Amino acid sequence: MIPALIALRAIIAREALRFVGQRSRFVAALVRPLLWLIVFAAGFRAALGLSITPPYQTYTTYEVYIVPGLCGMILLFNGMQSSLSLVYDREMGSMRLLLTSPLPRWWLLFCRLLASTAISILQVYAFLAVTALYGIQFSAAGYVALLPALVIAGLMLGALGLALSSTIRQLENFAGVMNFVIFPMFFLSTALYPLWKMAESSELLHDICAVNPFTHAVELIRFALYAQFNGMALLWTTLTGLVLLALAIWGYDPARGMVRRKS
Amino acid sequence: MLRSLPLLSLLVLSEPAMAAEIWVTNEKDDTISVIDIASLEVVRTIPTGERPRGITFSKDFSRVYICASDSDTVQVMDPETGKILHDLPSGEDPEQFVLHPNDRHLYIANEDDAVTTVVDTETRSVIAQINVGIEPEGMAVSPDGKIAITTSETTNMAHWIDTETRQLFANTLVDSRPRHAEFTAGGSELWVSSEIGGTITVFDTGTQTEKGKIEFEVQGVHPDRVQPVGFEFTADEKTAFVALGPSNHVAVVNAETLEVEDYILVGRRVWHMAFSPDKSLLFTTNGVSGDVTVIDVAKREAIKSIKVGRFPWGAALRP
Repeated sequence: MIPALIALRAIIAREALRFVGQRSRFVAALVRPLLWLIVFAAGFRAALGLSITPPYQTYTTYEVYIVPGLCGMILLFNGMQSSLSLVYDREMGSMRLLLTSPLPRWWLLFCRLLASTAISILQVYAFLAVTALYGIQFSAAGYVALLPALVIAGLMLGALGLALSSTIRQLENFAGVMNFVIFPMFFLSTALYPLWKMAESSELLHDICAVNPFTHAVELIRFALYAQFNGMALLWTTLTGLVLLALAIWGYDPARGMVRRKS
Repeated sequence: MLRSLPLLSLLVLSEPAMAAEIWVTNEKDDTISVIDIASLEVVRTIPTGERPRGITFSKDFSRVYICASDSDTVQVMDPETGKILHDLPSGEDPEQFVLHPNDRHLYIANEDDAVTTVVDTETRSVIAQINVGIEPEGMAVSPDGKIAITTSETTNMAHWIDTETRQLFANTLVDSRPRHAEFTAGGSELWVSSEIGGTITVFDTGTQTEKGKIEFEVQGVHPDRVQPVGFEFTADEKTAFVALGPSNHVAVVNAETLEVEDYILVGRRVWHMAFSPDKSLLFTTNGVSGDVTVIDVAKREAIKSIKVGRFPWGAALRP
């Protein structure tokens, strides 16, 4: 086996082990969106129906609307979680060990990204299995079409985590990331409310939502779940993902990046 | 070549009639929206008289009757061309009507006049006017053609009319504001929906006595908004679909146990409905949202909402 693949296998295996070892993390990742679905969405149930926006063909309840956003939430939080564990790795020294490998650094980072995305995707499907039991089901084609959308959205959000982790020095700073990155990104998106609802309260909020890459990741997932394609969302998510990945690689480059500047 | 010409023209002419359509009257637009069942899209919009509401086709589907309420007339239209052929005398403010199984007599509820008018569609003349309760609306004729029903919204009664003598022979109380009446296909039961009462009363046709009552409760919707209006039976008559007005839901009722099995979310203020020819799809008219929701009958799921004119009211199938 070529060294690049050995590295890939090792990194994925390590992530998988960590994932299996931390069963509570899996449960937490499942409970969080379920709480939103069952408690938060119940309050806004919209029993009289939400207006029709694509890809919906007819009126939906809020519970149905929020599911793709919660899939996005799993990817977002998982992306952050893996960046948190990167910071931890760096503090504990195992990161140095990894980065001393003769393989190109971008490849190592990309492997790491793939591994965390794969785990996110597992969690999304586990979440969808529970929502199906709860009564919110999608077509078989939707579940299949979802996979590539999850890969792209997961890589983008994972890259965001990587890029952020290159700038975080200590574990304690992570709370700041939660406040200044995750929450605004999540709340200022179409995960919880349709764009027209945002426009009702403020044009500015609407515009922020419309350019938020997380909005596009969520819309990519939403359209895929209805076996439809949203070119704009795909383009926007992919572009953002590439930019963030480039930033992360630059950030982890010992010659130029943040790692050196800070150490 | 010459011999095949008539055949060819026949083929060309009959082609549009092949595709089944749902005709929807738009109360505020004074139009009919024609929905193609195959593509689920509006393919034609036809102007009508003022405030079209009730709509029904003749048995052979060569004519369509439209209650143009504010024009105080029933219009007869050629469905091929969309041209009004002539008007029928209808009495004032016709709202709903029903075509007798003889394909000739229309029983029309005159909302403002508290009468039911019987019109002969061939001689185009009124042959009887029967005094009923105040604000008559719901109309039904039994499958054997012997009984006609008018429900009056303010008197809260179903009036039973003998179609031979054209006299009332029974009046039965129902809950507040009865809007719609329908016999089961065998004719043994009459169902009457009460909009404000929020119920459907089921009568035994033979004895005109109440057999049962259906109540509705949509989770998360205030009971005041649950207002049953139009309803239809599935082909096997085991299930009824009931439009629940501003609760934006259609109830699925087990017609044997009279229990509600399901609620389906549709557009805003749903009133009437029509089936596709094989009864696999149901089309509901949603007045306030100005659209028609298509329901997959087997799956009991709304699959699409189609924009039509303003305030769609009645719906009829043209196979």
